[in-house]
Amino acid sequence: MQKRLRVVLASLLFVFLPFTRAGAMHIAEGFLPARWAGIWWAVSLPFLIFGMKKLREIVEEKPTGVKILLAVAGAFVFVLSSLKIPSITGSCSHPTGIGLGAVLFGPWPMVILGSIVLIFQALLLAHGGITTLGANVFSMAIVGGFVAYGAYKLAKKTGVPGGFSVFLAAFLANLATYIVTSVQLAGAFPASEGGFFAALMKFGSVFAVTQLPLAAVEGLLTVLVFNFLRSYSKDELAQLSEFQLGASSYEG
Amino acid sequence: MRAKLRNILVLSLIIILVVAPFFVNQNASFGGADGEAEGIIKGLAPKYKPWFGSFWTPPSGEIESLLFSLQAAVGALIIGYYIGYKRAKHEPGENSEQ
Repeated sequence: MQKRLRVVLASLLFVFLPFTRAGAMHIAEGFLPARWAGIWWAVSLPFLIFGMKKLREIVEEKPTGVKILLAVAGAFVFVLSSLKIPSITGSCSHPTGIGLGAVLFGPWPMVILGSIVLIFQALLLAHGGITTLGANVFSMAIVGGFVAYGAYKLAKKTGVPGGFSVFLAAFLANLATYIVTSVQLAGAFPASEGGFFAALMKFGSVFAVTQLPLAAVEGLLTVLVFNFLRSYSKDELAQLSEFQLGASSYEG
Repeated sequence: MRAKLRNILVLSLIIILVVAPFFVNQNASFGGADGEAEGIIKGLAPKYKPWFGSFWTPPSGEIESLLFSLQAAVGALIIGYYIGYKRAKHEPGENSEQ
């Protein structure tokens, strides 16, 4: 597994060395036209409502060990999204931390945990914004979580070893977040020549490319925490699959 | 011990990925570039004006880094507490052989 990982990472490094572009994070306050800001709020709202319901179920009904693990998943999002990490493109961006919780608890609770971090950063750090919160929640807390969950399930089903499945889940969730961000911006600001796709290429080269090595860092950090859980939190992991909360079956 | 080795390997990979940019791209400014995306927006839609500003912006870089550190510290505190708690539970007593 390590060997494969190393090969993948090394090739990633070489593919993206030539790019020199600044990276970015969430969509800044006021930087989506009101119509688009409203559309993304409307899209995210049902997910927020259902996510709240799922989160409440866990907090009210599940054993303490599981709840504490949920706090750890939330804390992981807190730490990772505060770390602005340099990328080989010569700028900084940050991981999202959504992958870990989505693999453990499924995507729904992560909608809320991710949103809490986004609200914190929008209100106290002027990163992202309240008008753009709907769009940022959608890219990070919704798409990120569902991609991680889906990727993990698919990887397990196709016999990918446990550690690498976790890596893939977090890696792809991180990338997906920033690809969605590019799509959101390109939708709101199509190029006068080439329209949506020309704009998508522009935003994509900024967001997604810078994000690649950072996605790898996030994947590896998630694997570290997951390895710990597999050795020391066996009971909780078993409970999680029993409740069918996360992507179940963590062995392998 | 295999697990330990694996963790060390993963950690070194992380460090390499984070440090490599400074060697690869020595003249880069490493700005946190929400600004870059904003620059593209200005290029694509020169007339666009952000229609809403942040309620509150940290008054200085120091305050901003304080809040970011706080965010990381709170998260790391919870994770660190959990790791310590679980390990202590797993290996009780100072002299237990493992």
